[in-house]
Amino acid sequence: MSTPVPVEKGSSLWRDAALRLRKNHAAMPSLVIVALIMLACLVLPSIPGLLADPNVQDLPNKNMSPGSGHWFGTDHLGRDILSRVLFGGRISIAVGLITTFVSVTIGVCWGALAGYIGGRTDALMMRIVDILYALPFLIVVILLGKTIEPFTGKLTEWTVDLFAGSGSTTAKVNDTRTWVEPITTLVPLFIAIGTLSWLTVSRIVRAQVQSVSRMDFVEAARSLGLGHLRILTRHILPNSIGPIIVYTALTIPGVMLFEAVLSFLGLGVKPPNSSWGILIEEGSNRMLSNPWLLLFPSVFFSLTLFSLNFLGDGLRDALDPKSSKD
Amino acid sequence: MFRTLISRFLQGLLVLFVLFTVTFFLIKALPYGPFQTEKAIPDHIREKIESYYGLNESIGTQYTRQLGNLLKGDPGVSLRLEGRPVIEIISQAFPNSLQLGIVAMAVAIVIGIPLGVLAAWKKNSSLDYASMAIAMIGICIPSFVIGPLLAENFGRRLEWLPVMGWSPLSPASWVLPAITLGLGTAAYLSRLTRAGMLETLSQDFVRTARAKGVGSMSILTRHCLRGGLIPAVAYIGPAFASIISGSVVIESIFVVPGLGLHFIKAIEVGDAPVILGIVMLYGTLIIIANFATDLLGLWLNPRLRSSN
Repeated sequence: MSTPVPVEKGSSLWRDAALRLRKNHAAMPSLVIVALIMLACLVLPSIPGLLADPNVQDLPNKNMSPGSGHWFGTDHLGRDILSRVLFGGRISIAVGLITTFVSVTIGVCWGALAGYIGGRTDALMMRIVDILYALPFLIVVILLGKTIEPFTGKLTEWTVDLFAGSGSTTAKVNDTRTWVEPITTLVPLFIAIGTLSWLTVSRIVRAQVQSVSRMDFVEAARSLGLGHLRILTRHILPNSIGPIIVYTALTIPGVMLFEAVLSFLGLGVKPPNSSWGILIEEGSNRMLSNPWLLLFPSVFFSLTLFSLNFLGDGLRDALDPKSSKD
Repeated sequence: MFRTLISRFLQGLLVLFVLFTVTFFLIKALPYGPFQTEKAIPDHIREKIESYYGLNESIGTQYTRQLGNLLKGDPGVSLRLEGRPVIEIISQAFPNSLQLGIVAMAVAIVIGIPLGVLAAWKKNSSLDYASMAIAMIGICIPSFVIGPLLAENFGRRLEWLPVMGWSPLSPASWVLPAITLGLGTAAYLSRLTRAGMLETLSQDFVRTARAKGVGSMSILTRHCLRGGLIPAVAYIGPAFASIISGSVVIESIFVVPGLGLHFIKAIEVGDAPVILGIVMLYGTLIIIANFATDLLGLWLNPRLRSSN
């Protein structure tokens, strides 16, 4: 018997996309940079004893320029800038990821329903999107954030109760509070930005769902008697995943920029919690005497946005070659 | 085409109504009010003040009263600035914001569109890569980093331009705020222009023109510019909206006495008439800008006219 001919492995959407992405000279370095910055900001602050406490003041060592001991220098209160940048980055990245998740979830559901149902419902849902598009975005987000803000107190109490248990000691309650509070105070930001930034995603998803649901395999699924929900979630959405991934990647830098703008205006993350927006604001007030205060957070922030945008563009070229025009 | 314009106009009115309603109820849901933060006021006096401004009426009454006032073109008096009419506040601050916005928009167009045309013309050359890298930097480095850097270098070190402040008649004081505000929009415009020009340059009629011996400069300006600018022109409406939002940030960096500063202060104390006045003004401007963009698009792109 002759030796069996090796079966050539068929190429899939993902293999093609990965191949195209790997050939992209802008996207691959960006991927590495994003991965490194995320790793540094998410992992290093969690290792106890590695970084100085970002909020501990050390007045004898204030305004030190970058050097050994304090690699990125210290600020006017003697706080270590390296650990402030990394801890701040953790908050900025967390806001970026969670808010993007909120916004993409809303956008995918809205767009998929509108595109699948069609007709008058579709027209109404898309008209609502048009109306929201025409609102002065920043201004509505500021207003919405301010309105939700007071509920964070209650949310903090409730979450602390949940994790510490109602009958526990004061020490334990305080202990829980120290890690719960920084997260719950960000919730207004997640909601305010997330509920208003899903519009583009919903338009993209709707267009995609519309074109996929006219394809023959959907007709086949329908004639087999599958329910609407099953057709939508098992057949249409998986075939629309490319654009969804691309716009998720492009939403993250937009949302992070937004958080920074709000924090810069004093309306987002509140000190002593730091985020890149807050650090840049503090740095720009003292950049004449201590330029490193502005330099390091700006470099980290801009590099992250830069890489995320290039990565998003690269993903678009890789996953959605037809739509990439620029 | 006429019907489309009418429906766009009606849709604009609907947007304004929704904007008013959303803003009104968000302000009412604020946990603080203009007279609740000052604890020194005894309760019976505070009630008197609130009834003077009509704040003790039912929500429905307040809603219809505010809506009626706005329809008459008068948002009422400020609660924070001791009864100054909102109209007066806006008429003092808005010219500064408008001037800043217009100059910034001009900066964006003057930088963004030529850069995009150039990049498309010399596609895949180092010129193309350089201008697209500049555009990416313009998108990624936020205005609140660029602003302080420009102020530091051109204001304090070189002393060429004022570091902050705004005077309507001295163009030197416009330069830094307007450049900072317009740069991000310039970056987007250049990317859109490049994409639009590339698509037009790859059309068959361009090849025909080239075969007939038309010079490359003439192809660019006479044959392609009008069609290639369509995506960039369609972005001018949204760009206007982003410049309005951005001016809130720029005004606080460069201390420009515009509406953005009033808005942030009004939000912090819950000064409903001022917030509503500014939000409705901005909303109206954005709708007008979008409408004008649609008209420009129709003028540039005859294909839109025929297809009803």
